[in-house]
Amino acid sequence: MNALTPPPASPPSPYSSALATSNTEPHTLSVLVDNEPGVLARVVGLFAGRGYNIESLTVAEVAHAEHQSRITIVTSGTPEAVEQIRHQLERLVPVHRVTDLTIKGHFVERELAMVKVRGKGENRMEALRLSEAFRGRVVDATTESFTFELTGSPSKIDQFVELMRPVGLVEVSRTGVAAISRGPDGM
Amino acid sequence: MSRQMTGAEMVVAALEDQGVDTIFGYPGGAVLPIYDALFQHPNVKHVLVRHEQGAGHAAEGYARSSGKVGVLLVTSGPGATNAVTALTDALLDSIPLVCITGQVPTHLIGSDAFQECDTTGITRHCTKHNYLVRRIEDLPRILHEAFWVASHGRPGPVVIDIPKDVQFASGTYVGPQNIVHRTYQPVVKGEMDRIRQAVAMMAAAKRPVFYTGGGVINAGPEASKLLRELVALTGFPVTSTLMGLGAYPASGPNWLGMLGMHGTYEANHVMHDCDLMIAVGARFDDRITGRLDAFSPGSQKIHIDIDPSSINKVVKVDLGIVGDCGFVLDDMVRLWRSEGHGADRAALADWWERIEGWRRRNSLGFTNSRTTIKPQHAIRRLYELTKDRDTYITTEVGQHQMWAAQHYGFDKPNRWMTSGGLGTMGYGLPAAIGVQMAHPGALVIDVAGEASILMNMQEMSTALQYRLPVKVFILNNSYMGMVRQWQELLHGSRYSESYSEALPDFVKLAEAYGGVGIRCDDPGELDAAILRMIDTPRPVIFDCVVEREENCFPMIPSGKAHNEMLLPTGIDDWGAPDLGAVIDEKGKMLV
Ligand SMILES: Cc1ncc(C[n+]2csc(CCOP(=O)(O)OP(=O)(O)O)c2C)c(N)n1
Ligand SMILES: [Mg+2]
Repeated sequence: MNALTPPPASPPSPYSSALATSNTEPHTLSVLVDNEPGVLARVVGLFAGRGYNIESLTVAEVAHAEHQSRITIVTSGTPEAVEQIRHQLERLVPVHRVTDLTIKGHFVERELAMVKVRGKGENRMEALRLSEAFRGRVVDATTESFTFELTGSPSKIDQFVELMRPVGLVEVSRTGVAAISRGPDGM
Repeated sequence: MSRQMTGAEMVVAALEDQGVDTIFGYPGGAVLPIYDALFQHPNVKHVLVRHEQGAGHAAEGYARSSGKVGVLLVTSGPGATNAVTALTDALLDSIPLVCITGQVPTHLIGSDAFQECDTTGITRHCTKHNYLVRRIEDLPRILHEAFWVASHGRPGPVVIDIPKDVQFASGTYVGPQNIVHRTYQPVVKGEMDRIRQAVAMMAAAKRPVFYTGGGVINAGPEASKLLRELVALTGFPVTSTLMGLGAYPASGPNWLGMLGMHGTYEANHVMHDCDLMIAVGARFDDRITGRLDAFSPGSQKIHIDIDPSSINKVVKVDLGIVGDCGFVLDDMVRLWRSEGHGADRAALADWWERIEGWRRRNSLGFTNSRTTIKPQHAIRRLYELTKDRDTYITTEVGQHQMWAAQHYGFDKPNRWMTSGGLGTMGYGLPAAIGVQMAHPGALVIDVAGEASILMNMQEMSTALQYRLPVKVFILNNSYMGMVRQWQELLHGSRYSESYSEALPDFVKLAEAYGGVGIRCDDPGELDAAILRMIDTPRPVIFDCVVEREENCFPMIPSGKAHNEMLLPTGIDDWGAPDLGAVIDEKGKMLV
């Protein structure tokens, strides 16, 4: 490793720079796909190959009989770049539908985290009190540790993790964001 | 319709049911069952190439000249990896291919078995779609689906990777009738409101231009006919990308020539100064746009494309129409007539007058010579001597390719096969073989460079085996001319590794393969030599020895705009006689 020269700041995607504006914003995309081998690699590979970034990714089969999975991707880019991402996703053969929830209107975003803290005495009590305030649940405990389960928006989880740091944070496991639009209609 | 058979037999049955009469391939351990099935089904003709890349390009040539899906069959491991360049080529040029690859048996997948490679992993990024068939039950559906996906929407290559045990397994074959793809249903009809709006914009335009691309060719000959009709109705000028040549005839009155990096002065100026650009099946490639922030600054833009992701990808347009060019052009012609539109004749007359001014610069002009053959002159003679025949042209990649595009006049679609998006040296000879298989009686010529031709020279052997009288017309300048030209413009004429040293004697090489070799270095003898080539009913390599350091002009230097072209020697737009100084630092970063 050559530690003397710092790595250059990662260059912007050549694709988005063509439409260069600085109004980059996060977008949450729901992608309904056939749950067939390689489909996730196709989606992720598209992001890597075209220089788009993925901030969060979740995937699970949502319709077992039809073998359909729903992928939720949080990405960021200019509105033009995100539209391009959506079209590129739609081009993939096993992709049924892509919805940009951010554009479509209001939506609910949730993430689940498990947060392990270790400590004794006052720290331990403080961790428990904070978890109650955040409506966390204890899913595992020993005499010197707790593991909390917490559901909420990514920023709520970020906030909770920060609070756990001084009272003995050991590790965090997060699912990434699942999202769904508000109101009666489906994607 | 359903029958019991092995997986290998299903492959052949599906080919027959899909109307495939010719495939290109190369055998190996992992596809032996399929080769055995082919042996017993002579309805599907197999062309044995000499390298799997050749099979891919041959299938491309076959597809592009016939409008059908091209098929190749290769073995696992090295067979599959050798095909990767051709698959990528087909992806970038939107050519429908089905590539069947053998794979090690399913129980060995992942064990680094002999000739195992992760074919679907490797080809995921260079195919439109790919499949690994793990169960015999899925095979018939996948085979037919692959043809559907390859040929519908924006065409492209599809790989079907079939493990050997699946080829041996028995199952129930189902014909193509009942196969409808669940998700892949591209839109082909354009939205009527948008088309109506487009036609109104066209009627109001004062300085319009049609900018057409390979999408028009891919939409079938009918689309080219409709384009001609629309151009005739409106009186608008028309230019085309490298991929779209022939959709509108080069001999047509409204033709501006090709546009882009080596396009004509008039085509590029029209693009720069137009007030309405109608892009039909073209994708604003960087070879076309030049400097993006100076690309056609004052125009409204309409973009018709079957691929929604092409619209607004690099250039923001005012009106996007998603649909097959054929359908959309048909609606446009109909609406233009039924709504009684007329073009703004007075404005158009002014526009054509300006165009004539640009035309007078004669940007394709060159100084001919009595002593050495100029490459442009060679192409023009080739054109004159073959234009009244049933001729198909393929090319390799380099200056010769651009000269062919500039100086050979294409009057029909599907007559011009060149590697546009990927720029693959070695494309032309195997592509010519594919074209000749599709059109046995035609005159098929690969316009080649002496460097490119050596990349797939082995396919001469294929041409001989199948008695395919393809002609390889080499513009031999002893240089990787296009590389040398860029080194002259960008790198102080330091010709690093671009001289073609130790070339073979192409005449003897032709003879060694069993073909005919012709050499010509005298302009006075050129016509007679070309005629001799045409009249030879066997494969010919024509070594046309041309001026060594000729540059290909006009040219938009990298990083420059459409109105900053470099014209043939001495005349240029911004008075920069020093070729080495025309490209700035930013331009040097571009390719
Ligand atoms: C497979 C491949 N490797 C490298 C290149 C880069 N390249 C583009 S043109 C060219 C030179 C071609 O030389 P030649 O075939 O003699 O054609 P000329 O330009 O002289 O007409 C090269 C090396 C390429 N396009 N394809
Ligand atoms: Mg050369």
